[in-house]
Amino acid sequence: MLVLTRKSNESIIINGNIEIKVIEVEAGKVKLGIKAPKEIDIHRKEVYEEIQEENKKAALGKLDLKGITKYLQK
Amino acid sequence: MRLDTRHFGEIDVNKDGIIDFQDGLLGFEHVKKYVVIKNPDPENPFMWLQAIDQPELAFVIVNPFIITSDYDFNIPDNIIEALEIEKQEDVFVYSIAVLPENIKDMTINLTAPLIINFNSRKGKQVVLDSDRYSLKHKVFVSNEKAG
Repeated sequence: MLVLTRKSNESIIINGNIEIKVIEVEAGKVKLGIKAPKEIDIHRKEVYEEIQEENKKAALGKLDLKGITKYLQK
Repeated sequence: MRLDTRHFGEIDVNKDGIIDFQDGLLGFEHVKKYVVIKNPDPENPFMWLQAIDQPELAFVIVNPFIITSDYDFNIPDNIIEALEIEKQEDVFVYSIAVLPENIKDMTINLTAPLIINFNSRKGKQVVLDSDRYSLKHKVFVSNEKAG
C-alpha cells in the first residue's frame, strides 16, 4: 500500500483522473473529497465488505425454494 | 449449451439468456457470466441466478418490489450507460436472498440490488448510496408483530 502524508486541502491524484482531497482533519477523523469519472464506484470500505460477506452467505445458503410458497400465503 | 450445476443437475442454457456482469458480484468479482433460472412453480416469485463458469455457484434472487412496498431508488446515470439501458421495460431488479436453515428467517439484500438489462444482456450489482435500506431485510414478518 502506498502511504502518503497530506495536510488539509492537499490532494492525491490517482490514474490521472481521480482526485482525493483532504477537506478537514479533526481528532480521529478525516473528511475526504473525491472527484472521479462517473463510471467509477466509490463506497466506504466497510459497506463493500458487508455486501461481500452477505453475498458469500447467500452463495452458501440453501437453494431449495419449494418450502417458500406456503409461507408466502400466510 | 449444457451446464452441470450443483442444484439443478444438468441443464440446458440458451446462449441468448446469458447475462454478463462485467464487474461480477461483490465477493465474486471474477465470476462474470450468469443465467436467470425461473421457478417452475408459477406461484413462486423466487428464482435463481446460476453462474455459468462456476456450476456450483448459484444465488436465490427475487424481485424486491414483491416483497416490500417501501423500496425506491434511482438507477445512477453511470449504471444506465454501463448496462446500455434504453427503455425501462428492459430493466429488471433483483435482490439476492440468504436462506438460513429455517426458511422463515430468510432475508434479502436491499442495499445492493442486481440490475439487469435483458435487452443488452448486461448486469451489475449496484451499491445504493443511501443506508436507508437493509442489508438483511426480513422477508417473512412474524405474525406476532403484525397489527
